Amino acid sequence: MIRLVFPLFFAAILFSAGIYGVLARRNAVLVLMSIELMLNAVNVNLVAFSQYLHQLTGQIFALFVITVAAGEIGIGLAIVILIYRNRETIDVDEVDLLKW
Amino acid sequence: MIRYAWIVPALPAVAFFLILFWGKRMPGKGAEVGIAAMTIALVLACVILGQWASGHAPVHGSFLLLQAGSLRIEAGQYIDGLTAAMFVVVCLVSLCSQVYSTAYMKGDRRYTIYYAWLSLFSAAMLTLVIASSLFELLIGWELVGICSYLLIGHWWEEKENSDAAIKAFITTKTGDVPFLFGIFVLTLAAGTSNIPGITARVAAGGIGTGVLTASALLLFGGAIGKSAQFPLHVWLPDAMAGPTPVSALIHAATMVAAGVYLVARLYAVYAPSGHALAFVGGIGAITMLIAALLALVQDDIKRVLAYSTVSQLAYMMASLGMGPKGYTPAMFLLFTHAFFKALLFYGAGSVIHAVHTNNMSEMGGLRKHMPVTFATFLIGTAALAGVPPFAGFFSKDEVIATGFETHHYILWAVALVTAFVTALYMTRTVILTFFGSYRGEAHPHESPRAMTSPMILLAILSAVAGFFGFLVFDWTHIPAVLEPEPFQVGLSILSVAVAFSGILVGYLLYRTYPERDPMLRMGPLSTLLVNKYYLDDIYTKGVVRPIQYPVARDVNDFDRTVIDGAVNGVGVGTRDVGGFLRYIQSGNVQRYAVFLFVGVAVLAFLITRF
Repeated sequence: MIRLVFPLFFAAILFSAGIYGVLARRNAVLVLMSIELMLNAVNVNLVAFSQYLHQLTGQIFALFVITVAAGEIGIGLAIVILIYRNRETIDVDEVDLLKW
Repeated sequence: MIRYAWIVPALPAVAFFLILFWGKRMPGKGAEVGIAAMTIALVLACVILGQWASGHAPVHGSFLLLQAGSLRIEAGQYIDGLTAAMFVVVCLVSLCSQVYSTAYMKGDRRYTIYYAWLSLFSAAMLTLVIASSLFELLIGWELVGICSYLLIGHWWEEKENSDAAIKAFITTKTGDVPFLFGIFVLTLAAGTSNIPGITARVAAGGIGTGVLTASALLLFGGAIGKSAQFPLHVWLPDAMAGPTPVSALIHAATMVAAGVYLVARLYAVYAPSGHALAFVGGIGAITMLIAALLALVQDDIKRVLAYSTVSQLAYMMASLGMGPKGYTPAMFLLFTHAFFKALLFYGAGSVIHAVHTNNMSEMGGLRKHMPVTFATFLIGTAALAGVPPFAGFFSKDEVIATGFETHHYILWAVALVTAFVTALYMTRTVILTFFGSYRGEAHPHESPRAMTSPMILLAILSAVAGFFGFLVFDWTHIPAVLEPEPFQVGLSILSVAVAFSGILVGYLLYRTYPERDPMLRMGPLSTLLVNKYYLDDIYTKGVVRPIQYPVARDVNDFDRTVIDGAVNGVGVGTRDVGGFLRYIQSGNVQRYAVFLFVGVAVLAFLITRF
């Protein structure tokens, strides 16, 4: 039985890494991976609290998050492939057509 | 049928909407709807008059329009003989005008909308006539005003016409201000705005004479404006800028008659007040003479008739001002005048249609080219001049005789002089238009049948309507009114002599040299008349300019700079702020993500701290 603070600390580091990846990375695939990091940080939190509170709700939530994340990454990668086919790049800075 | 009299004004109102929305797609461009509605309305009006004449009681029904505190404003119908007779006159003249317009306005670019306004005009006048409450009457009254504005300015591309329309509108509105206050005073004093209720209250002595006089005078302000009495008569001659059938409609049935009708409808309010009656009579006396003199020097044939209308309306006002005995003669003249004045306008329109000018100096000798127009115009002239046995003789003679019998000798004398001048200017008009040799450039021809048949119908009515004067008292009798004096041979010989001497003088003056108009060769008097007593100049310099430049211009400036500025400023400000804010939307997804996370962080901070 590990103490609660360890998984929370671990999740915080994971989440921060995810934020950094989303905000700073130029490669769209890496941005998507960073989003996965953030989602999994949340999963870690949910599971940790579930164990701590002796309730299963958190784990069920985590399962849902994994399902949604799978769908999200599927669509996201499809979009990235389409962008690459059209524009020969997956640099998110280049993809800024939707503006004023 | 008389209980469903409201259908009569409803018919042209429905026609108005039909023409407005679907008129252009109809085979007759909307004219057939207007004519059909007016025909049915005329038949119904005749049925109603027949029911009334066979002894039906007055019908009064109303519903609550709105309630404010203790003030109940109702609308409804009130039908007595006056309403029934006015219905027939209004419907008949409206129908004639619409039929006549099919030929006169043929090919006009706003033919359909013209018919829409004609229908609304008739509907408004019929509403005014049927009104059971003062506020309902006001609705019809103002609708008539706006329709006259739209129709006078029908050919608004020329500045002169739109100016005339604005002048008509503003001048009549000037009279409507006291009119509105008159309604307020009378409603407050009587505790109801229902006309039968007011009549009953006055008859019971429930309102003091002072209040009655005040409200009568205030209401008469509206009548002065609408019926073009001195000093607000200046709009009517300018209103000739409109199409001729509209002039006929305005002059005979729908617009100017409203003022006389108002006084007649509320005669119970006027009758007990000697001052109000004296004022009505005085205005009538002044107007009838000055307008008749103005008619002498006009070159525009329609303007002659316009001043003639002003003068004849003044006869009615003077007659009403003579007291309870003058009521029936006034109504009699109102009905006969509607026939022969519409006839004269149709004749003038027919002439204008043929020679393409309004100026009598470019007419002459049209007798040979336009026999039907000539014959009918001559009948109208005889009726207006008071030649027996035409309609005008009986009605006008009755007015003049009543003046003598009721000891209003000044009114009587002025009316006699006016009768002389009337005969003179009508003789001048006929000679300048139909006799001598043709002085214009066009090729005159007789008008199509759609124009001549209304003229023939009205000519017959103008010829025979005078014999039915005895019916008018039976029809329009109200409690405040006394039976008019019986026919006096001596007095009528005098007025006939006056009329014939006017015709004779006119004939002698214009027989030989119709080209050299003697009326314009009277020195300063002619100058005064040609300049319309300088009244227009006085109004322009004394009233219009002082309001126009300091007041109206400043208001306009205020409107444009402050109010429009505020409205435009809101728009410009929104646009500029938006133009600045749009740079946030860069299209870069990561920048949006930054905003998102910063926002979440700030929210998290705020939620945990507070």
